[in-house]
Amino acid sequence: MAERFKIAIVGSGPGGLSAAARAAERGVSHVLLEAEDHLSNTIYRYQKGKFVMDEPGILPLRAPVPFKAGSRESILDAWNEGAQKLKINTKHKHEVSAIKQSGSGFVLTCTNGQSVEAEFVVMGIGLQGNIRKLGCPGEDLPFVQYQLDDPDEYEGEVIAVVGAGDAAIENAVALSKQNNVIIINRKDEFARAKKGNEAAILKAIEDGTIECYYNSGPERVDALSVGRKKGRMILNTANGKAQILLDRIIARLGATAPRGFVEGCGVQFPNKDPNSVPAISSQYESNVKGLYIVGALGGYPLIKQAMNQGYEVVEYILGEKVEPADEPLLKAKFQPMPGFRSVDEALKKVQANVKLLSHITPLQLREFMLDSEIRTPAAGEVIFKRNDYTNTFFSIVDGEVQIVLDEKDPKARVTLRRGEFFGEMSLISGRRRSATVLAGPGCVLIETPRRSMNRLISSVEAVKREIDEVFILRAVQSRFAPEATSQQLMDVVSTAKLEKFKAGDVLFSEGEPGDCLHLVRTGSLTISRNIGGKDVVLSYVAAGNYVGEMALMGESLRSATARAAIATETVRLDGESFKKLVNKIPILRLRLQAEYRQRAAANLAMQAMPSGGDIISFLLAQGAGEATDILLIDESLCVRCDNCEKACAETHGGTSRLDREAGPTYASVHVPTSCRHCEHPHCMKDCPPDAIHRAPNGEVFIADNCIGCGNCERNCPYGVIHMAAKPPKKPGLLQWLLFGRGSGPGEAPYEKKNKDAAPKAKKAVKCDMCKGISGGPACVRSCPTGAAIRISPEEFPAYAQSRR
Amino acid sequence: MHDSILTYAKSRYLWISLILLVGAIVAYVLHDPGGPPNGGTWLGYTLGTISALLIVWLMFFGIRKRQYLHNVGTLRGWLSAHIFLGSTLILLVLLHAGFQLGWNIHTFTYVLMLIVIFSGFFGLFAYLRYPSMMTRNRESATRDAMLDEVAEIDQNALSLADGIDPKIHAVVLRSIENTKLGGGVWTQLRAHDGSDLALESLHKALADREKKTESKTAEMPTMFAMVDFLAERATDKQGDAMRKLIDLISRKKSLATKVARDIQFQAMMEIWLYFHVPVSFALLAALIAHIVSSFFYW
Repeated sequence: MAERFKIAIVGSGPGGLSAAARAAERGVSHVLLEAEDHLSNTIYRYQKGKFVMDEPGILPLRAPVPFKAGSRESILDAWNEGAQKLKINTKHKHEVSAIKQSGSGFVLTCTNGQSVEAEFVVMGIGLQGNIRKLGCPGEDLPFVQYQLDDPDEYEGEVIAVVGAGDAAIENAVALSKQNNVIIINRKDEFARAKKGNEAAILKAIEDGTIECYYNSGPERVDALSVGRKKGRMILNTANGKAQILLDRIIARLGATAPRGFVEGCGVQFPNKDPNSVPAISSQYESNVKGLYIVGALGGYPLIKQAMNQGYEVVEYILGEKVEPADEPLLKAKFQPMPGFRSVDEALKKVQANVKLLSHITPLQLREFMLDSEIRTPAAGEVIFKRNDYTNTFFSIVDGEVQIVLDEKDPKARVTLRRGEFFGEMSLISGRRRSATVLAGPGCVLIETPRRSMNRLISSVEAVKREIDEVFILRAVQSRFAPEATSQQLMDVVSTAKLEKFKAGDVLFSEGEPGDCLHLVRTGSLTISRNIGGKDVVLSYVAAGNYVGEMALMGESLRSATARAAIATETVRLDGESFKKLVNKIPILRLRLQAEYRQRAAANLAMQAMPSGGDIISFLLAQGAGEATDILLIDESLCVRCDNCEKACAETHGGTSRLDREAGPTYASVHVPTSCRHCEHPHCMKDCPPDAIHRAPNGEVFIADNCIGCGNCERNCPYGVIHMAAKPPKKPGLLQWLLFGRGSGPGEAPYEKKNKDAAPKAKKAVKCDMCKGISGGPACVRSCPTGAAIRISPEEFPAYAQSRR
Repeated sequence: MHDSILTYAKSRYLWISLILLVGAIVAYVLHDPGGPPNGGTWLGYTLGTISALLIVWLMFFGIRKRQYLHNVGTLRGWLSAHIFLGSTLILLVLLHAGFQLGWNIHTFTYVLMLIVIFSGFFGLFAYLRYPSMMTRNRESATRDAMLDEVAEIDQNALSLADGIDPKIHAVVLRSIENTKLGGGVWTQLRAHDGSDLALESLHKALADREKKTESKTAEMPTMFAMVDFLAERATDKQGDAMRKLIDLISRKKSLATKVARDIQFQAMMEIWLYFHVPVSFALLAALIAHIVSSFFYW
């Protein structure tokens, strides 16, 4: 007979622990089920001594267990102590494998065969998922581990590392310094890893410092009681079985995403997008009645948020009415809205007025509003300027705004009214604003940052559809025929389709008949022609531009090949309906012809010097196609004085954000390791406090609310983000120059070694293109020979031509 | 886009320098001091003041270079101006002195200035010449990566040599000890590393071994052919290892040469500064002495 509780809490992370603590405090019968033998596995697995931050600072904490920024250990200690004091009923080593509804409650089955019954379930399992184990007998032997804290801990051992991802490679390479390392790869290559890691492991294998078994998987692990080695692993390899005697196995096989399990419990996700989160009510209840979801799984990745939700969810279950912790924040946010009385009313008004936001749940709206700002600009105020690099999204709650089509002509304006939205172009393309927007009378706007908007788009299908429809119409209108009415564009827009291409995919090739044109929505393309049996890149087409009109305008065959330089999305416009549009609007034909002539001339110039195409190809191969601004060094001018690095360090608290020497070189063009300020920055992808932003001039920078989690460092494919502590102050330049005090320019300041010192908060640092310093990036300005320049990909053809 | 310091801003500072020089020459020719031209006339004082201020300004470059927040012009513009305006001093100062040279503090100051200027010319030459050579020499590897590889090859070579013969091991070890990259100024500039020593002795050892086996095969009595053949396998393996070792050491040699040249190029681009900067301070001291002593002519 299974035990029965009122509340069963699955997972003892911040959310689950806080819920259990609240239940214990209120004296409610509860059980906390945890798969591991310790609490809060995600934080337990942080590196030793890691400093954990407590963003967002403005949000008050509401939980029976304490949480304050500090080292991993101090936080875990406080939680353990709290759990003991409150007598939380914790069951360790209870990994829940299924949750089934039965009668008025749930039955939770665990992998260890036990099961419990509960009236309500709170799921706080986070996103980390379950670590994938070896999946063979012996996977739980004491010398098999699934994590590596400190590679220097081991010496002179035979260690098998299983896996082919970044974690496995990094572990293997670090361990190989002092140990005999064997890496076991299920496949025949390391394609999943980052380029740098792939190169490192291949080199180590070639040099013989690491032995590699390709196409191999473990069949069995045995502990040995005789001999010098602790155990052996039997491998299935392509050439039969192999046996390895070893001291230790480190398996880094990633984790199974929790989604499958969650879906198995009956919880629905809005779509297949891996970023989407299950829809939950404002009381954290999922579509399964009685099953609540808190924390990262529900889309709230920060510790404090999760802890607050844990507290609140127990209150809700007990039927209490709690003012959500964010209520005062939202109140402050809505204050400037004319006629504001209460948060609930304001939220209702927003949903009633803005159709786009009527599709989302109240909780999603709260979260959305928490991230967003209410703006009430005076009539005539500029909301954003054309060519600004901002990427926020605006919804009009009240009043109107005017979009300036032509700066010189005050009449060429389009008015958007209550319920409409704007700013979607830059959000989607990751490029500059395409027009200036002015506030009209009585304007009330919601300005939403990129991340929150993207999260909404990926989790609510209806929002995505509506934005896409408007995007296509506006893109066609602004790019081709601002004077056309929506009626005239109807035909083209209704036949338009969104198409996706992977890097290297061909949109159309030379010699094909052309039946459509593509408007690039995100990403970029290269245009190339086959000249003398070689593909020569002639130009680069950034988002916001179109290709393929040449074949529609007269020539019937494609004159060149268009290829996606990076992952790209286009709006495909049907040829026939586009031709009709051209016939209807004579000025459009003239406009297209003028642009056509310009392009043909540019292509011809490039064709005259095919080596220029090689430089473009080289740059694009370095990922420059997704850059908005990339640092290039001409090695025939660079005198290796490293003044660029010194300047960077001096203007940014002592840590250089660029590595001049590293990086590839082709025809004297060197691409150093430094930030390219990507159109869709990889670093922004998974930033829990949403600390990475893009400034109006295009700089991607990290704000002070960084929590130092290191996600951006891992996500950056170009290795330009580091974690660094704030260095101490150093004496001024003249003091160094005249008296030799302190360290010189660009050198790290001296730091007194103090072993007992508390761990310093490390935050992510990266290039911010010296935003806030007048005169432009210090690296470029401090180059004595003009070897360092920063350019954007649109300038590549001109740049390639300037280098004969 | 990229262009060199000399063509910076369409050689703006070249033209400014030329105008300055032409102006000074015209003034010098037109000026009639009523005696031999010298530093004591109004033109002499004017040119002298311009030159002295120029020197102070030129020396300020050392500070400007490190003022990373300074935003008057780019450092490239400053360097371009530094080069062209600095070069004008050769003539400006002669015009200031009315071509009067002698064994005195004044001419000494001029000589110091020439040393500074010509060391600067060498620096310019180095800046124009060595960067491309450095790139070609490196072939996209970084110096640290090359050094790491050298260290790795050393390790592999040692363990390989260990399995061959203690004598070979000693040779390889000595070669590793003899390979010195970087070091004193002279070593850096000469681009010499001691890595070729081992190769010769290894080649010799291999040749000896092969000669021995050949001679053996020639006079091998049929009786022991079988036994000897088996025994040979071992030595053959050693020969293989030996050849591998030579490959390794050759690779290391080429790497070490590359690193040494890399260091040499870098040293060439830096060495002149060790004259240019200290002598310019000496020049400043001499200049002050020159100015102070000039007042005694009054």
